[in-house]
Amino acid sequence: MLVLDHLAWKLPDGEPILKDITLTLPTGKLTVVTGPNGGGKTSLAKLIAGLETPSSGRIYLDGEDITGLDITQRAKKGVAYAFQQPVHFKGLSVRDLLELAAGETLPEEELCAILGQVGLCAQDYKNRQVDASLSGGESKRIEIATVLARKNAGLLIFDEPEAGIDLWSFSGLIDAFQRIKTKSPASALIISHQERILQIADEIVVIADGAVRAAGPREEILPTLLKEEKIGRCPLERETSHE
Amino acid sequence: MNKITEAFLELVSDWKGAFGGAYNIREDGACAGRQSSEHIKIESKEEAPGLIIRIDPQTKNETVYIPACVTHSDLNDLVYNDFYVGEGADVTIVAGCGVHSDGEEEARHNGIHRFFVGKGAHVLYQEKHIGTGSGAGLRRIDPVSDIHLAEDAVLEMDTVQIGGVDRTDRKTTAQLAARARLIIHESILTEGEQTAKTDFSVSIDGEDAAVDLVSRSVAKGHSHQEYHSRILGNNRCTGHSECDAILVGSGQVNAAPELFAGHIDASLIHEAAIGKIAGEQIVKLRTLGLTEEEAEERIIQGFLQN
Repeated sequence: MLVLDHLAWKLPDGEPILKDITLTLPTGKLTVVTGPNGGGKTSLAKLIAGLETPSSGRIYLDGEDITGLDITQRAKKGVAYAFQQPVHFKGLSVRDLLELAAGETLPEEELCAILGQVGLCAQDYKNRQVDASLSGGESKRIEIATVLARKNAGLLIFDEPEAGIDLWSFSGLIDAFQRIKTKSPASALIISHQERILQIADEIVVIADGAVRAAGPREEILPTLLKEEKIGRCPLERETSHE
Repeated sequence: MNKITEAFLELVSDWKGAFGGAYNIREDGACAGRQSSEHIKIESKEEAPGLIIRIDPQTKNETVYIPACVTHSDLNDLVYNDFYVGEGADVTIVAGCGVHSDGEEEARHNGIHRFFVGKGAHVLYQEKHIGTGSGAGLRRIDPVSDIHLAEDAVLEMDTVQIGGVDRTDRKTTAQLAARARLIIHESILTEGEQTAKTDFSVSIDGEDAAVDLVSRSVAKGHSHQEYHSRILGNNRCTGHSECDAILVGSGQVNAAPELFAGHIDASLIHEAAIGKIAGEQIVKLRTLGLTEEEAEERIIQGFLQN
């Protein structure tokens, strides 16, 4: 279980990016964080993974305060993070990267299974360099695979996994998230604007202007989101305007 | 053969207690073992220290090992090796070098290699350099390669400086006939106060010939590297020169690719990129559980092996 307790983060110039975020992500559930662009979703993911340090508040993973742990320590505690913008490496192959993620040599069938979940054929990709020769969509899928390859990760974070993914691969990605939801003991936090991803969520959190606007079970949150989307109005902006 | 040489052979030429096929082991300026094969003949030069290696036409899938080791300080080993590769041959040449110094004086190896690659032949040339020992004497390796590729010949050179070499000055010149191809991948790691200098000069004289020069450099500590390549496109041809360098600490790299197009259909490209390891690369590997130091090491390892 991940607990965020009055979490806040400001830029060095004092501009607040996240304000007093208090949330609980239940163990084994799939939580989708959504909301307008620039609302603070990616910043939240970075705070959880340790890429940024909160200005105030605490982060608890399975009861342990991990606020003071660095990126590596959190990764070893089971936090896995797929970046919104994939990173390129000149000289690391797809196999190299996935084996670093797994922490061990991967047999062919396992490599194939991991890449298959993101719609890539291992034979075609395992020896490809993770560099600019990959398309945006290919890079994104490999980035997602680095999280799927992690062993014993208890919290899987995906930042806009749908970005750059084609329609056919996206269906496979939905299946992968469904498998995490139903077969993995891990908790998943997905930052997304995609309705198909929202549709498979256990919990939905809406973040706008650095604050939680709504949080609860999908059945409770999603109908309102869809209703407002149909009439071309963002409920979150409306809520913001009421402040 | 002494134990330092044996250790070097394992590092630079995959020695497993013996070589299969043709080989010559050079230890401290003398021959420590030699064997010719049916298709690869190795002979001593008469006019200068060194070897003549003759590879018969159509020799296929054979490897010749020509390692050279300098195992103590106060030695300046100079050797002239000529390789004659017959038409249509397809062979591998393994030519690693190790220099060891435990003393105050310099330990140095200068290997001057000439390659005459016949029509349609294909050669894979592998060269690893390493320096060892705790002495204050400099460990130097200064290779010179002079390459002549006949029509349709292909030479692939993979050269790696693993570490421990205090000074290196590498010079490569090449002439390419029609449809010949030269592919050179060079990886150099320097650290401390080490320096490395690389100079390529390739003359593409034949129609539809091609050259691809790729250099990967990592300069750590206060080390300094220089890369200069000159490609002369004298006919319809393609040429590519790429120097990628990573700086760590106070390392310095000076890259200067140079192109000359002497024909309207000469297509020549050069690229040079120098910078530190991108922060997001370190961060990404840390999210996989590596420490910052492990991430840096892994990125450099991959970069050099690329």
